[in-house]
This record gives sequence, structure tokens and C-alpha cells, in this order.
Amino acid sequence: MGKITDILRTMEYGPAPEATDIVTAWLGQHAAGFDHFIGGKFVRPAGGKRFAVTNPATGAELAQVAQGSAADIDRAVKAARSAQKGWAARSGEDRARYLYAIARHVQKRERFLSVLETMDNGKPIREARDIDMPLVARHFYHHAGWAALLSDEFPGLGPVGVCGQIIPWNFPLLMLAWKVAPALAAGNTVVLKPAEYTPMTALAFAGICREVGLPDGVVNIVTGDGETGAALVAHPGIDKIAFTGSTEVGRRIREATAGTGKKLALELGGKSPFIVFDDADLDSAVEGVVDAIWFNQGQVCCAGSRLLVQEGVAERFYAKLKARMATLRVGNPLDKAIDIGAIVAPVQLARIIELVEQGRREGAACHQPATALPGQGLFYPPTLFTGIEPASTLAQTEIFGPVLVAMTFRTPDEAVALANNSAYGLSASIWSENINLCLDQAARIQAGVVWINGTNMFDAAAGFGGYRESGFGREGGREGMREYLKPLAARKAMAAATAMTFDATPAPDAVPVDDLDRTAKLFVGGKQVRPDSGYSYTLTDPKGRSLGQAGLGNRKDIRNAVEAAHKAGGWSTVAGHNRAQVLFFLAENLGARKAEFAARLTALTGQKAAVSEKEVATALDRIVFYAAMADKYDGRVHATKARHVTLAMPEPFGVMGISCPDEMPLLSLVSLIVPAIALGNRVVATPSQRHPLIATDFYQVLETSDVPAGVVNLVTGERDVLAKTLAEHDDVAAHWYFGSAEGSAMVECASAGNLKVTWVNYGLARDWLSRADGQGEEFLAHACQIKNIWVPYGE
Amino acid sequence: MNAPHGANARPRNPGMPLALDLVRAVQVNASAVERRTATLPGRRSVKKEWQAAWLVRALECIDLTTLAGDDTPGRVHRLCAKARNPLRADIVAGLGLATPPRVGAVCVYPTMVAPAVAALEGSGIPVASVATGFPAGLTPLPLRLQEIREAVKDGAAEIDIVITRAHVLNQDWQTLYDEIRAMREACGDAHLKAILGTGDLRTLRNVARASQVAMMAGADFIKTSTGKEDVNATLPVSLVMLRAIREYFEATGHHVGFKPAGGLRAAKDALNWLILMKEELGRDWLEPDLFRIGASSLLGDIERQLEHYVTGRYASLSRHALA
Repeated sequence: MGKITDILRTMEYGPAPEATDIVTAWLGQHAAGFDHFIGGKFVRPAGGKRFAVTNPATGAELAQVAQGSAADIDRAVKAARSAQKGWAARSGEDRARYLYAIARHVQKRERFLSVLETMDNGKPIREARDIDMPLVARHFYHHAGWAALLSDEFPGLGPVGVCGQIIPWNFPLLMLAWKVAPALAAGNTVVLKPAEYTPMTALAFAGICREVGLPDGVVNIVTGDGETGAALVAHPGIDKIAFTGSTEVGRRIREATAGTGKKLALELGGKSPFIVFDDADLDSAVEGVVDAIWFNQGQVCCAGSRLLVQEGVAERFYAKLKARMATLRVGNPLDKAIDIGAIVAPVQLARIIELVEQGRREGAACHQPATALPGQGLFYPPTLFTGIEPASTLAQTEIFGPVLVAMTFRTPDEAVALANNSAYGLSASIWSENINLCLDQAARIQAGVVWINGTNMFDAAAGFGGYRESGFGREGGREGMREYLKPLAARKAMAAATAMTFDATPAPDAVPVDDLDRTAKLFVGGKQVRPDSGYSYTLTDPKGRSLGQAGLGNRKDIRNAVEAAHKAGGWSTVAGHNRAQVLFFLAENLGARKAEFAARLTALTGQKAAVSEKEVATALDRIVFYAAMADKYDGRVHATKARHVTLAMPEPFGVMGISCPDEMPLLSLVSLIVPAIALGNRVVATPSQRHPLIATDFYQVLETSDVPAGVVNLVTGERDVLAKTLAEHDDVAAHWYFGSAEGSAMVECASAGNLKVTWVNYGLARDWLSRADGQGEEFLAHACQIKNIWVPYGE
Repeated sequence: MNAPHGANARPRNPGMPLALDLVRAVQVNASAVERRTATLPGRRSVKKEWQAAWLVRALECIDLTTLAGDDTPGRVHRLCAKARNPLRADIVAGLGLATPPRVGAVCVYPTMVAPAVAALEGSGIPVASVATGFPAGLTPLPLRLQEIREAVKDGAAEIDIVITRAHVLNQDWQTLYDEIRAMREACGDAHLKAILGTGDLRTLRNVARASQVAMMAGADFIKTSTGKEDVNATLPVSLVMLRAIREYFEATGHHVGFKPAGGLRAAKDALNWLILMKEELGRDWLEPDLFRIGASSLLGDIERQLEHYVTGRYASLSRHALA
């Protein structure tokens, strides 16, 4: 019997390998080892060291690449620095031409790059070819457009400077594109450090940079390991760090860059929920799971790795899923009919094996299909755990492998509760044929990206990035461009503060009292409360005379204030119109007491009466501005794919900490807390430590203005002591700090605990009286996070 | 009686009482279905001898069809001759096949059944007849049933009926069920293929529900289209129908076949459909008793591809006998 007769009996697929001859020949030309790409040239590593890069599917060595040292990084940063001015000085259209050429050349080298990526990373050639490379090209096209539009669309903003970019091994060239394209579009130059396991396509990309004639030094690529990355993070000549990788390393980068003024974007881990309701198209949802957790061997930061199924359909869904798992093909990633390729490195495979063992030990039911695995190479079968509980290790830990854990829920509320029961907040998939239910879930789930009846949808025009410990900053779309821009206006240092004490002992002189003695309290949960410590500190005027006392707040007062703010969650969900009404009323009530506040300011600060009047008048204007914005600072519908609505919705963080400066104590307080609450945040603010009594007067206005209890909480006391507690607080999602340079560094460093979003002033002054500097888009953009919700449609 | 041939001879689908709750519970997410079918051809690939074998299988699943107003006994005779001998002898030999492959059936209008049966005598190839007022299906029900009986009497082993699309559009599942049930009775031993006219049904949800009702009413096959609608067989429509077949199989244990028809012209199309069958329903559904392709020009392209496999040269249609 002939072979064809046999195949007619089995109807197997047979092998369908992609050819590798061209890539193999290219690797052969570099048998002596690959160099760094610095200043437009390939340069040997300063230390002369190289390391091996292997194909995870075979274990074969692909190449020797340069081990980057601090000296190499320094050289690359200098090259980037010397190229940056010239690059930024080119017209947007000119930069667009280069980005367009890169997009075109990626397409011309599409198969070469796909094959190289698969050999280096182990991902199926189907994914490299059909997903990664088209998205790479799309990203450069899209950002060629942003380069041309920059001055029109982002007036007043310009490039950050030299960007250090550290990318992961799961989507090597795609992550390069996500980082390099917006950086270049905005006029930055870059030093990019590819992942140690997967530097090959970045080195091929260096060739494309040369091929399109990109000016020397605009893109620099230094290969190496974690130490190379650390050297890049630490380099003082870097203006921004963009990192994609583990939450653990992201924390270290947050700490290392604290106080340096380096702009930071972190795209970190996830344990994203994949929620299936009983009215979902279950067969389609099963395919969704395949694309969620068995895409790229599950080594995807936004993998839908936590399956939440409504209890009534759970058994049916699991049965369908198990049947589907049996048809997944695991093996040679260069085979065109392979679904699951190789795990990137032995250490990653070992971690997956260990976590699965732990899941088994904890008693969860583990299902793996009887799929044949290749005899060699780093492979792991698709795996499903059922009987997982939120308390299980596997429910909380990011596995970064083809392992799905499943739980059931009963009601939409419970689905939300389980979905949000995670330190992460990168993405979510929601499956139901009820659009009401889908959008309700999308609004309530804490995640930067939500896919409705879909998963792992990406487009350069949409923002991608996380909430919570999944990091901050966005890549893609308008919100992604902002990450590579900064205000063009230069800022001066604040005037040096004169020393002050927080003396809680009886004051040496009497406070002049016209009427009864006044006791300023803290304002927590809508109530005036005494400080937990029982201490108050004496405030003095510029001449050193006692003005009165303010409560000396401590960490417990911050704790109480944060709890009160959390209870005021309704503020975040009411309509913008409702918030606008409250804010207009606030302005109305402050307006009625204009003269009183101006006089008080003069008494407290010693500033001229005219200045105080201006401060109060500006504060009033500012409240009106944000009252107006409360129902107008809305989102966008991104132009992504056909028949998709991609909503970019600004959402409040929830509870924010705000540390206010001493300058313009009323106006700066208003300028900081009002934009935050206008967008639906609840705030715990520490007013000017030197002039807190204007804030304690202000809470009376809050009380009379229908500001709900807990929306604004004011804790007086020593700014940096309170700021530290706020920055360290895991239930505070964002922190604005306007104080000293040292305090800024402290806040950024302490924020690493829950990776809260911070906005600090590094001790630089702001002109609170100015409309341009004291209010507007910059404040609003920092008061919200963008959630992208993908809604594909069609019947 | 010409029984359908193939490796899997199975009991027919007896149908079941209409279960409206199951029909109404059907959910189909159109964009997710489209994503699945858009990526499927990129996820699976057959090359070299595997591709050749799969194309032979596709050939064996073809319902070689002529459904034109100018059909004559002579025209049907020519088609049947091709059905008996679909592949040139040198290609059969080059593929190493012990016996020449034959097509799944020949499909004609009712008045052409008798000439077709005569032309295919002794070949074992069944004759399929469209019936029930094909393609619109809007003649009175007694006439439609009578048409089935006439075709069966003339020797048709398979009847491709068209459903009343109005019953689907108006969600009148009981009437649809009753009609198909009556048609199934009229068929007697002949197998019933229910043409849903998916291009007229418009939504995938309608397609899924109509599929369920047709199977409950005892259809042996569900078939996409008449070939006369604006849109005929597409991968999304097929995926939805295959999932319905799987659902029905899991609920009842009965195998129901699938027949895409209309618009499948290239060998590559046939491979995509075979891949879809294997992925969604498994190996059992890769035989002509559970899979047919309604086509007229597809065979020519398969012949050319198989000749290329055997000779290494790209082929010309002029070297292959006309169907």
C-alpha cells in the first residue's frame, strides 16, 4: 500500500515545516558573534564577553551575542544623547518618513523576521507570522502618523530625551516596536536592551535601521542580561525608562529611579480573569480560552489565566474545553500546524513544572490531554486546573505558562469580586451575549484592557497597560504617545523653605483671640475629628508669632482617612453632572466667604492683601473650571479594527493621596484636590504643613457644599511623615506629591510596594496663579487611568 | 438501493421530538465565529503527500452537481461519466491508489434522476436529487412532498430538500419541524439532506437554530445552500453548523453529516473545509457518509493539483476530461 493510501486511512495532518535556510545562512555569517548596535555601527562589547543564545525547541545554539557592560551602556547613551537634538529638530513629517520606511522594511523582511523570532523564542511560526510581525509593521505605520501630527495634536509638549527601554522575551520584536515607534515619533532617541533569551530580532532590526538610513544614534541596541538592564536604569544620562517584564523587577526599577526625575512606564505581570456567563456562546468562548492562555505558550502578560465560569454551565464548559485541549498540537514551533511551541528557557519550564506540582499538592484537579510532546526541547502540555479557590496558590500567582486555573461564580457581582481579587489589573475577557451585562462588568473590573467576547486583541491605535500592580503608563494610541512627551516649558526649583518645627508643647506666646478659642481638627469621613495622637502643633506667622494650633496627624489618621475614602465609593460612579453640581456649589459657597478667606490667608502667610485676594479669586475660577470639566473630560473611541468599538475611558483611580505644598496654601490645595475629585476620585490630602489653618477653614465650606462624606479627607501635620504613610499604603492607588526633592524621591521609592501611580514635583515650583501652569489637561490626565474596552460587533 | 459509501456506515439519524428550549438557548457570537474561521486556515496546513491524500478525500466527498435550467439527459450522462472516472488513470497510478477514487454522489434535478441512475448503473455512486420546489421551496407542501416521492421512485438515494426560510425568519420552529419531518417520511429509505439556505437566513443565530430543528426532525445531512443564494457556503456559516452537529451528537449520539455547497471552487477551499471538519468534529466526519461538498467546478481544480503533485508540473484543465 502506498503512503497516500495510509494517509487516507488516518487523515493525519503530517509535517508542514517552515524553511529556515535563509535565517540559518544569516546566523552563519555572524558565526564570530553579534555586536552591539551603537551610533549606527555594530561595535564589539567593551568587556569582550559574549553569551550563547539558544533555540528552545532544539537546544541548539543560534548565536553568540555581546554581553553589555556599564561601559557599553554609557557609550550607547552618549550616542543617543548626541543624536537626540538633531532627531527632535527634524520636522514631524521627516521623522514620519523614517518610521514609514521601517514599517515597509519590516514587511519586506516579514518571513525572515518571523522565522528568526520562532527560532529564538520558540513561539509557533503561525503566531510570529500572523500576529507578531503584522502588529510590528502596524505599530510603525501608526506612529509614522503620530510623528507627522505631533505639533498639531500635542501642543506644548516635546520629547523627553533619551529613553532607556528594556523589553521582555515573550514578544521580542513586537515589544521593541511598542517601545521604539512612539519614542522615535516623539523625537526621542533610544537605548534598547532586548531580553537575554531573545535578542536576535532586535539585532536584525538594527540591520533594518541601517537599511532605511536612520540617522546614527537614534536607535541603539545593547544586548545583555539583567545587569546590563540595571546599568541602563542607573545611567544618569537617561531621561525615561520604559520597562516590560516582571512585577518584581518593575518594583526594583521604581526604587532605583526614585527621585531621579526619570519618567517611568512599567508594563508588568497579570493574572487576568476570563469570565464566562451562562448566556455566552460557549463554543466561541472555548476558542477564546485557547487564544487567551495557549497563545504563545501562555507566556503573555495579559493571558487570560484565571477562568471564571458561571456555576450552571461550568461542567459543560469544562467538558468542551477538555475536548478542545485534546486537539491542540504541541511541538516544533516551525511547523505551520502547531498550536503550542516551546517554553523560552529551562528556568521558565522548571517554574511552570514546580507551580503545577504545587497546585496538585494543594489538591486541585489537574487535567492535561494525552498530547504527545517532542522528545527534546522545552515543551509543556496545555493544562487546566479545576477546583481552584481564591485561596489557592495558583489563583494568585502568575505562572507565565500554558496553565489555566478555573473557578466558578454564581452572580455578576461575584464575578466582579473574584475578578478583582488580585494584586494585578492588566486585562479581562468577558463572555456573554448580553451587552448590558458585558459593559457593566467592563466598568467594574479593575483592568487596563477589557475584551468583550474576545481576547488578546491588540492594535497600535489602542492603549495597552495595567491598573494596580500590573504597572502604569500606556503603550499605543494617543495615551501611549503621552508617555514619550513632556511639557516644553522649563521649571525652576522652589524657593528654599525656612526651617519649621512641629512643636506639640505649649507655645511661648498667646494666640490673639477675638472671640472663643478655635480648635482646628482633621477632616475625615465628613466629620471633624481630633488627631489620633492627641497632639497639636503650633503654627506661627512669618514673624514667628503664634497663630494657633493644628492637629498633628499620624499614620493612624492616614489609615482612618483612607478607610473613609474607600467607603465613599459612590462618588466614583455617579454621573459627571452630579459631581459638577457639587463643585459649582462648592465654588458658590467659597465665593460667599471670599473676603474672609483672603483675610485669613494674609494673616497666616503675611502675603499682601491683594495677593490673597488674587489667590482666593483664582481658587474660585479653578473650582469652576473643574466643575465644568467634570462632565466633559470624557474618553475616545479609538480607530482600531473594522467592526470594533474600542472605548478609551478615563476612570478614576479610586482613592488618591495628595501632599500639598506650602506655596499658595489655599490655591494649591484647591488646584490639586478639585481635579482629582472632579474625575471621581476620593482623596486623602495633607494640606500645607506650614499653613494648614486655611485648609481647616476650607472643610467648613466642603461641609456646606454637599461634598459627600469621605470624598475629601484632610489630615494636617508633617508633610513628609504623612506622605510616607500614604505612599506605602497598599490601598491608595495614586499619590500626588508637591513638596521637596527629597520628599519626591521618598514618595517614588515608597510607592514601589503596590506600584501606585505617582506624580511628584521633584522640588520644582509651579505657578499656581497661572492658568497654563496651575490647571488643565496635565492635572486631569494625572487624575485618571485609561481603560480600553474592546467591543467587537456584528450579527 | 445505493447506500452511501465510505468507511463509516452508521445508523441514520432518527430525529427527536422538537425541543424548543434547546433551540432557543442557542447562542452564537458572530464576530468570535468569524475570528475563528479567519485564523483557522493559518493554524493548520497539509503539505506534500498529505495534501495529495487530503485532496483525494475531498474528491471522494464531492456531490458532482448540475442544477441548471438547460440540463438535458445528454448533459447528465456526461457528468455521470466523469463521476465514474473523475481522475485520469496515470494520476491514479502516480498517487499509488489501488482503485480509482469516485465521487460521493451525482446531484441533479428530479426529472434528471432517471437518466442519472441509468448512467451510473453498476458504479455504486448514488444519485442525489434536489426536491421540494428547489431552490425557493415555496410551492405548496403536498406538491413538495410529491416531488420527493417521484424522485425516490425514479431511483434517487438522497434527497436534498430546501427548508422554508420564512419559518426561520419568523422563528416558527414547530412548522419548520413538522415540514421537515413530513419530508423525511416522504424520503423513505433515501437520505435527507436539509438545505438551510443560509444566505437567506442572514444571521448565524438563525443558522444555528435552523440546524438544530432540521436535525431534530431527522435530517441525515444539513447543507448550507442551494448555490442560488447571493451568499453560499462560507466558513463562518459552516462552523456554526458543525458546532450544531456536535451539540446534537453529544445530546443524542446520532451522527449527522454536513454539506457545504456553492462557491467552493478551489482545491484550497476544499482543504480548508476538511480542516474545519477535522478540528470541529474529528476524524469520523472526514468520510463521504458524513461529509459532502456540493460543487461542479471544484473537481477540475483538484485534478490539476493532483497532477502537479504527480508530475511536478503545473497542469492545464484542457488535459482533464470535462465534467
